[in-house]
Amino acid sequence: MVTNITNFGRSGLSDWLIQRVSAIILMLYTIFMVGYLLFAPDLDYLTWRGLFDQTWMRIFSLLAFLSLAAHAWIGLWTVVTDYIKPTGIRFAVQVAIILAIFIFLVWGVQVLWGA
Amino acid sequence: MSMLQVSVYRYNPETDSAPYMQEFQVDTQGRDLMVLNILELIKQQDSSMAYRRSCREGVCGSDGMNMNGTNGLACVTPLSAVTKGGKLVLRPLPGLPVIRDLVVDMGIFYKQYERIQPYLQNENSPPAIERLQSPEERDKLDGLYECILCACCSTSCPSFWWNPDKFVGPAGLLQAYRFLADSRDTATRERLAELEDPFSVFRCRGIMNCVAVCPKGLNPTRAIGKIRELLLANAT
Repeated sequence: MVTNITNFGRSGLSDWLIQRVSAIILMLYTIFMVGYLLFAPDLDYLTWRGLFDQTWMRIFSLLAFLSLAAHAWIGLWTVVTDYIKPTGIRFAVQVAIILAIFIFLVWGVQVLWGA
Repeated sequence: MSMLQVSVYRYNPETDSAPYMQEFQVDTQGRDLMVLNILELIKQQDSSMAYRRSCREGVCGSDGMNMNGTNGLACVTPLSAVTKGGKLVLRPLPGLPVIRDLVVDMGIFYKQYERIQPYLQNENSPPAIERLQSPEERDKLDGLYECILCACCSTSCPSFWWNPDKFVGPAGLLQAYRFLADSRDTATRERLAELEDPFSVFRCRGIMNCVAVCPKGLNPTRAIGKIRELLLANAT
């Protein structure tokens, strides 16, 4: 057993499972968005706004944002632990990544529920 | 005379400040020799050339090396399978410390093997003669027990290069599954508990270099997939 305290789920198994489930959610969201943009002939602000005013779309979007945050953290954590060997730099980069993901997540919530 | 140009990695820490590549011309007399034969011909030219070999028939796993960029056993690799444009480049197995020339320090490789406890553990008292297996239970060990620990797979794996102290590596994981799959072993839960961290098993990214180079034709990636399935079944 290799001890680790900075990975997302504190276990390789949960990270692995979250990575796969979040990938499927992100795929579904991407397919939906691409499909919506392709099949909305004259898309204007009101239609777009109307889509995001609906609760199910907000839930779907928040789910996609959370999936993206988890997916990005697990993936980047793996890259960082592979390639950055000095502990100080690795930890600093990990903190910077968490901070960026947190900011983007809060910002995303604000965009979804903001005025 | 049909000469083969061979470029060999040389390093003697007692005399060389850095490793270098030495060129040799070897007369193959037009035969499709094994790479190990070429090394023996080179040793006749330069007796300081160091490499490991023993059985010379792909059983002992001593002469794993990197031939024209691909890991394999020199004794069972014919020239026709590796030479490109009449040229052969021989290097030690990648990612392990070099002791001298083509001889590497396999310490960390064995340490990972040791970690998975490669022996049967059974909490029940032993029967009078032996622990029996059905033919079907025995069949589950095929493709697992044949590993000769030559390290060709683990040293071709980037995940093992970056984290040889934490990632068990394909060879060790193939053996880990060999004991997880064995009907006579009762330590499955303890074994799985040792493997569920983010490095030991899950550093495998499934690029299958291990499968491509295994001289015994084994499939560590499939075994790693089976370990993941067991971990998942155990924890969901």
